[in-house]
Amino acid sequence: MSTTTPSAKRPFGVGARLRRKEDDRLLRGRAEFVANMRMVGMQEVAFVRSPMAHARLLAVRKPADAADRVFTMDDLDGVSPIVANSGLPGFRSAGQYPLARDKVRHVGEAIAMCIAATRAEAEDLAERVEVDLDPLPVVADMLQALEPGAPLVHEHWDRNAFLETRVDDNLDDVKRRAAIVVTRRVRTARQSMAPIEGRGVLAWFDSRLDQLTVTSATQMPHIVRAGLSECLGIEQGRIRVVAPDVGGGFGYKGILLPEEICLGWLAMKLGHPVRWIEDRFEQLTGNANCREHHYDITGYADESGRLLALDCDAVVDSGAYSSYPFSACLEAAQVSSILPGPYVMERYRCHTWSATTNKPPILPYRGVARTGVCFALELVLDAIARKAGREPHEVRLENLVQADQMPFTNITRKYFDSGDYPECLRRAVAALDIPKWREQQKKRLPDGRRVGVGVAMFCEQGAHGTSVYYGWGIPMVPGHEQCQARLTPDGMLELRIGAHSHGQGLETTLAQVAHEILGIDPARVRLIHGDTAVTPYSTGTWGSRCMVMSGGAVASACKVIAQRVRSIASHLLEAGADDLVLEDGSVRVAGTDHALTLREVAHTWYRQPQRLAADVDPGGLEATSGYKTTQDTGTFSYAAHACAVAVDDELGAVEILDYVIVEDGGTLVNPMIVDGQVYGGAAQGIGTALYEEMPYDDQAQPLASTLADYMLPGATEVPAIRLEHMETPSPLSVFGQKGIGEGGAIAPPAAIANAVNDALADLGVEITESPITPRRVLAAIAAAKRGAS
Amino acid sequence: MKAPAFGYERAHSVEEALLFYASGDEDAKYLAGGQSLGPLLNLRLARPSMLIDVRSIDELRECTQTPDGLVIGAGVTHAAIEDGAVPGPVGAFLAVIAHGIAYRAVRNRGTLGGSLAHADPAADWVSTMALLDAQLDVRGVTGERQVPAESLVEGPLATKLAPDELVVSVRLPGWSAAARFSYYKFNRKPGEFADAIAGFAYDPERGVCRAVIGATDGAPAVIADALELLAAAEASEAAVTAAGFEPGSFEHHVHAVALRRARDRLIAR
Repeated sequence: MSTTTPSAKRPFGVGARLRRKEDDRLLRGRAEFVANMRMVGMQEVAFVRSPMAHARLLAVRKPADAADRVFTMDDLDGVSPIVANSGLPGFRSAGQYPLARDKVRHVGEAIAMCIAATRAEAEDLAERVEVDLDPLPVVADMLQALEPGAPLVHEHWDRNAFLETRVDDNLDDVKRRAAIVVTRRVRTARQSMAPIEGRGVLAWFDSRLDQLTVTSATQMPHIVRAGLSECLGIEQGRIRVVAPDVGGGFGYKGILLPEEICLGWLAMKLGHPVRWIEDRFEQLTGNANCREHHYDITGYADESGRLLALDCDAVVDSGAYSSYPFSACLEAAQVSSILPGPYVMERYRCHTWSATTNKPPILPYRGVARTGVCFALELVLDAIARKAGREPHEVRLENLVQADQMPFTNITRKYFDSGDYPECLRRAVAALDIPKWREQQKKRLPDGRRVGVGVAMFCEQGAHGTSVYYGWGIPMVPGHEQCQARLTPDGMLELRIGAHSHGQGLETTLAQVAHEILGIDPARVRLIHGDTAVTPYSTGTWGSRCMVMSGGAVASACKVIAQRVRSIASHLLEAGADDLVLEDGSVRVAGTDHALTLREVAHTWYRQPQRLAADVDPGGLEATSGYKTTQDTGTFSYAAHACAVAVDDELGAVEILDYVIVEDGGTLVNPMIVDGQVYGGAAQGIGTALYEEMPYDDQAQPLASTLADYMLPGATEVPAIRLEHMETPSPLSVFGQKGIGEGGAIAPPAAIANAVNDALADLGVEITESPITPRRVLAAIAAAKRGAS
Repeated sequence: MKAPAFGYERAHSVEEALLFYASGDEDAKYLAGGQSLGPLLNLRLARPSMLIDVRSIDELRECTQTPDGLVIGAGVTHAAIEDGAVPGPVGAFLAVIAHGIAYRAVRNRGTLGGSLAHADPAADWVSTMALLDAQLDVRGVTGERQVPAESLVEGPLATKLAPDELVVSVRLPGWSAAARFSYYKFNRKPGEFADAIAGFAYDPERGVCRAVIGATDGAPAVIADALELLAAAEASEAAVTAAGFEPGSFEHHVHAVALRRARDRLIAR
C-alpha cells in the first residue's frame, strides 16, 4: 500500500485511490476504437506486403479490371519519404517511402494498397496484384550486418549502421587494480509489442474545411500531424489528427505510420473515407519489433565486489528504417547513457552500434533500452557477487548511489533527483525473505525442482525534456506542456491537453489534479484530448511523462482559473480575492458560509455579465497555461524487483514462486492506477523474461506469424505480485510525482534470469540470453556438463 | 486477415451433411467447432468452396455406454467432456485431458471429432485416443468404415480420411474398472499445444498395457505392449528413439522425460 493520502479538504485529490472514470465505458464495451467506426461510403484498405526481406522491386502489375483500386508508390504523387534523422554526429540517413520504391528492405514492407467495400474483398484484390521481386543477399543478423563486406541495406552507405557512439574513459588503471573481472556476452530476443488493439487508421477529406482528417490509434496526434504535413506536402492547418479510444500503445503507436500517409493521400485522392485495420498477422510479421540487443560487457570490481568500471560494446538491431520521430538510434544511444543504472563507478567505456538489417524498424517499447540494459548489467553484478562469494543484494547495496549523495549526478551525467535506493533494495529483500528461500533451496521443492532467488534494480528517467532531447537532434523536442482549462456556463470544467491516454487513466488522474487545485468534483471534470483540432500542441504520451507534464500543465491552468474565479467572486461576494477559498465546488469567504458555487460564478460570467465588476479580468473562465518541471533533466523513479523461482532441470521449465516489487514513484496521484501500471508492466517484463520471441531465419523471414507461435504471458503466467511503495517526492515536479509508466517492464528479465542462474549455480550454469525458454535452459545445462567433463 | 468467400450450408443430420457434400464440389469442408478451421480460413491457408456446418446434428452430440465400451459423438465438445459427459473411469480420465485443452472459451466450441479430423500432432485427443485404442466411426458419401485412432494421422494436419468422410463418433473399448491411466503433457503455458505428450493405459484385468508418445512430427507413437516400459524407467530413452526422435535433441530429451513422468504417475496411482 502507498502512504500518500488525500487531504481532508481535497478528498479526491492527490493520493486518492479514485476509480477510473474512463472504465465506465471501457468495461461496458462502449469505448470507440477505430475498428468500431463506420462512415457513409467508407472503403476498406488491404496492403500488399513484401514476402522477401531484401529484393529489388522490378514491377508491380495491377489486375486489369481493378487498376483504379490498386495504388503503388508511383501513384502517390507529391508524397515524400519519412525522414527521421538524428543530429548526432555520424548518423547515416535514409528515407522510408510509405510504399516501397525500387527496393524492399524487410518482410512485411508495404508495396501496394488495395481498396474494396470490405476487408475480405480488399484482400482478394491484394492477392491478384503481381509483384516482381529480384532477391538480394539478406542481412538477417546485427553482428553479420557490421562485418566488412556485408550486403548493404542502404546502398549509398559505407556500413550497415545508422549510428555508432563512443564513451571512452581510460580503463588501464582500473584493469590493474581489479581483483574481479567478469565478461559476459548477453543477448535479448527481438520482440513484438502486442497491445490488444492493433493499429488502425480512418481517413477522410472535408471539402468544406479543406481539411484532411486522419483518425488513428496513436499516442501522439500532434506529432503525427507534423509528420503527415511533411510527407504529404500540405499545411498542418489542413490536417486534423484524431486519436479515439486507443487499446494500449507501449510505444507501438508512438510513431508516424507509413499507413497513415498512404490513407491520408488516398482520402484526398478519392474523396471518400478509407480505413485500414491492422491484423495480428501484419502486426507480428511486419510492424511490431523491439528490444533486440547484443552486449559484450565486462565489469571490473575489487575483491569485495565493489564496482570499479564497466566496459561494454553494445549492438542494437535497428532494422531497416529510421522511425519518426524517435529515429533508429534512440535505442542504442540510450544504452550508452543509461547502462550504469543506479550504480556508482569510477570509469566507464561504452561503444554502441545501431545496426541496420533487413528486419522491420525497431520501435521504442515500454522501458525502451532500459530492459536490455538492466538485463546485461544485473547479470554482470550477480556474476561479480558469485566471484566475491557474497549475496548479490549485499554487493548491490554497496554499489548503489546512497541516500546522502542525493541529488546525484552519475558517470553519464544523469541527474538523480531524489530517493533512497539502498533502502528500496533492503525492503524488497526483506519482503521476499531470502533466508527462507535459501533453506528451501538446500532441500529443493517436494517435486524435485530447484529453487533460486534473484534481484534486480533500475532507475527510470521520466518526463525528461528539452535539455535532454535537443541533443539527440531528432524530429521532436519536448518543451512546455500546455493545458487549456475552461469552466462551462453550467460550472463544469473542461481540460484540453495534447497528450493522449491509451490506458494510463489520465481522464481520472488529471481530474484529480483539477480537484486538488479547484476543489471541483472530479465527476464534473471532462478531459478532452486526442484531437489536434481542439487541443494544445504536445509531443504526446511517451517516456513516462504525462503525470508529471500534463499533470503540471493542468495544475498550472487550474491555478489561473482559480485566480479568475476569485476575481469574479470577490465582487459578487464583496470580499477580498485573497480571502476566498475554493472547496467543495464552491468559492467561499474563508471562515464563513458566505459562498457561491462554481456554477453560479460561471453562470454570472457567461449569462449575466451585467453583474460583473467593471475591472474584471477579461480573460474570463478560460485559460491556456504552459508548464515545465523546475529542471527538465527528468524525474527519477526506481524500483527493486526480487523473486523466487522454481526450475525444472529436466525440462527447463521455470515457474515464478514469489515476486516482490518495491517502487519509489514519488508522490502518487492515484496509487491504485500506479499499482495497475506496475502490475501491467511487470506482466510484460515476465513476457520478455520467459516467453516472447520473434525468431527470424537466415533469410530474415519471421518465424512467428500468429499468437500460437508468438507466446505472450497470460493469467496463468503472471503471479500475484507483491508491491510496496516508497514515496520520495521529486523536487522537480508540482506535487512531487515521478514518471512510473514504464518501470514494471524493465527489471523482470534481469530478476528472473538471476534467480534461474542462482537455482542452477552449482551446475555452473549461467543463462545470458532472453527469453529463458526450456530449450535455452537445457542447452545451457548441457553446455555446462560438457564444460565440466 | 479475412477469409475469402465460401458457400455455407447447415446440416441437421449426417445424411444431410453427406448430401450437401455430394451435391457440391470436392473442395467442401465440414465445420464443427471452428476453433482450428476458423483461424486457417482467416489466414487463407484453408480455402474451401463451401463449409458444411455439422454443429446442429444432434446425433453427433450423444454419448453412450455399450456392452463393448463407450461411443462418444464426434460433436461432443471438450467442455462437455471436461464437465463429465463421458461416464466411468475413462470419462474421468478424459475430463482431466479436456481440462488441459486451450482455455474454456475454446473448449466450449471445439469438438472431439473436429480435433481428430484436424490432426494437429500436438493436440491432446490425437494422442489420447490412440492410447485408448479408440476406433473412429467414419461415414462418407459412398459408405461407412472404422479407422483406428492409432493410424488416423499421416502427418501434420493430414489424415487417412477422404475429403467426403465425416467423423461420426469415437468408439472406445471396454476398459475395466481396474484400469489405470496417466498422462503427461509438457507445454510452455497451460492450454498451449504440447511440446511433448506421453501417456499410459494399464488394464490388468484385460492384460492390456499401452503407452503413447505424442506431439511428434506426425502420428503418435503407440507402444501396444508397454509392460516392459512400465517396469523400467530407463526404457524411456529407447522408446523415444524408436518413435523417431533424434538422440541428443531437445525433442528427444523432453519426450523421454515426459514418458518417464507419465510412467511415474501411473505407478503412483
